[in-house]
Amino acid sequence: MSEVHSAPKFASNEGVRATLLGALGDMVVGADEQYGEIIISVERDRIEDALRTLRDDHEYQQMMEIAGVDYPDRAERFEVVYMLLSLTRNHRVMVKVSADENTPVPTITTLWPNAGWLEREVFDMYGVIFDGNTDLRRILTDYGFEGHPFRKDFPLTGYTELRYSEDEKRVVYEPVELAQDLRQFDFLSPWEGADYQLPGDEKADMPPVDEPKVTEDEGDTGAGEATDDKAAEKVSAGSPAEESTDEDRTDAPEPTEDREDRVEREGKTRDTKASTEPDEDGDKA
Amino acid sequence: MSVQLEQSPTTDGDVISNYTINFGPQHPAAHGVLRMVMELDGEIIERIDPHVGLLHRGTEKLIEHKTYLQALPYFDRLDYCSPLCQEHSYVLAIEKLLNVEVPIRAQYLRVLFAELTRISNHMLNIGAHVMDVGAMTPNLWVFELREDCMNFFERASGARMHSAWFRPGGVHQDVPEKLLVDIGEWIDGRLPELFGDAMSLVIDNRIFKQRNVDIAVVSKDDAVAWGFSGPMIRAAGVPWDLRKSQPYDVYDRMEFDIPVGTNSDCYDRFMVRVKEVYESAKIIKQCLAQMPQGPIASADGKVSPPSRGKMKQSMEALIHHFKLYTEGFHVPAGEVYVATESPKGEFGVYLVSDGTNKPYRCKIRPTAFSHLQAMDFMSKGHMLPDATAILGAIDVVFGECDR
Repeated sequence: MSEVHSAPKFASNEGVRATLLGALGDMVVGADEQYGEIIISVERDRIEDALRTLRDDHEYQQMMEIAGVDYPDRAERFEVVYMLLSLTRNHRVMVKVSADENTPVPTITTLWPNAGWLEREVFDMYGVIFDGNTDLRRILTDYGFEGHPFRKDFPLTGYTELRYSEDEKRVVYEPVELAQDLRQFDFLSPWEGADYQLPGDEKADMPPVDEPKVTEDEGDTGAGEATDDKAAEKVSAGSPAEESTDEDRTDAPEPTEDREDRVEREGKTRDTKASTEPDEDGDKA
Repeated sequence: MSVQLEQSPTTDGDVISNYTINFGPQHPAAHGVLRMVMELDGEIIERIDPHVGLLHRGTEKLIEHKTYLQALPYFDRLDYCSPLCQEHSYVLAIEKLLNVEVPIRAQYLRVLFAELTRISNHMLNIGAHVMDVGAMTPNLWVFELREDCMNFFERASGARMHSAWFRPGGVHQDVPEKLLVDIGEWIDGRLPELFGDAMSLVIDNRIFKQRNVDIAVVSKDDAVAWGFSGPMIRAAGVPWDLRKSQPYDVYDRMEFDIPVGTNSDCYDRFMVRVKEVYESAKIIKQCLAQMPQGPIASADGKVSPPSRGKMKQSMEALIHHFKLYTEGFHVPAGEVYVATESPKGEFGVYLVSDGTNKPYRCKIRPTAFSHLQAMDFMSKGHMLPDATAILGAIDVVFGECDR
């Protein structure tokens, strides 16, 4: 399919992938080219060498971004993606490694000083450890925060909330308490993509029963004279609220609608209430 | 750096040690909520440790729980001084994955309003920078212009700041003809007049120069290595502008120059922004002159919603409308990194789609992260009051830095 979008266009990818794969040699574990982006996966332990090669021999002078991604289903659940930019060749390339909670990724602060904060961010958000980064503190989350919030298994609401306590004259941390459940709308069409069960779905897979439940004779149905008598016997006792109507309820507000002495509003538009009611002759006003 | 002890001749042999102060998080020159732990030797800065994240809202996580269209307004709230430029990166990323063609009028409108946003952003930054180093009047004057820009945004989208006006496939609504006429008049009249007046007070001002020239000089190599972008790298003398080198929308049809600095100090960064305002005005004028009539959103009914009138006439349009605003459109699986030239530098969106109606991962590359990280080495050896000038010249907004 030809490219019709108007996203930024950098220099052509033609032949670049082959050149880079040749230069990186056995460091590469996979390469992909889609949507005009070259993505090269390299061995985790050799990421520093791979990026040094790209920087020094292939003119990718700038490292613009390090992004973490969490794929919980994979054996090594995290991906760390490095976005490189060549100012001289006007080209971009993405380099990836995969990692786990306890498999550190070598730092690249030795190559680009701005990797420091970017690695700290990935560590903060995903818990990927960068071996050799001397300042691997949390960066975006609160002082003393626990957990790694961008992991897919971390709830959107988090675990703690904070407020200012007037009694203690300081900010206090408390477990999250939601007055209303977090609304997660699932608009995926049930014909595609929905992989959960709705109530009642389980019946579709139930095996047929050997002895079906049946009502043997008429007396067991519960119908008959006795039931009819009972039904005719009594009407509702009335709701509890109706019983205390004689009480003077001073706390109730005056009804605002349909007051007898209400003056009709003067205005250019018609009364909205009247406009939805049918007229005497049945037409809509 | 370890604490230095030194014998001072003026204290009768008493030992003076470095001391540490907190700059911010509540400080008018911190441009938001920035806390910097500064180690000072007298009034000389020895070390700065910026603490960011005080405005972290987890935008990227929230986006993972929203459909592509619902996630769009979050981008207005990142860098709230240049909302439309953030949307630009995001919609282009979606369009790249979908491979949607955007009608030419919509591309012109986007470029026009992106440049208007750039002017409005620079008005704020230039004013704030000048005020950080002690001058009050120019700030009030350029805020007038910023107010004008806000009014233009309001007339186009209904909102002054958080427009949510760029949409995947085009823009949300067409603009009234009168608005384009008014922008044209403003570009020719009020903008150069008022901006020229305000800048005439500042550019050759002796005090302003004393506070900015030769402050925080960054070499070309350092600027590249630290991942600088936008006016920060251009001030270092590197003519790098994504609008020129990696054009998107109709930037390849525009004629404009890239101002670059010669000395790479705070004054150059300021002057690059001043010049950029005039270049943006040039681009806006070309947009107004060349913009054709036509549709403003993609004709693909699976991506952009039908018009109100169509929706009430055509059953198919009604279904499309319903599906787009409940389920949203599906984006084919894949990943892209799309970066545009926001007023502050390279603003990138790394979008990972798994083929559903919600982004699997949306990493936002803030411009301020690399720049603020360099704060330490830029400020070393400068005086404490210089820190505000350096910070002002970085042009940092914490909505975007902390996300």
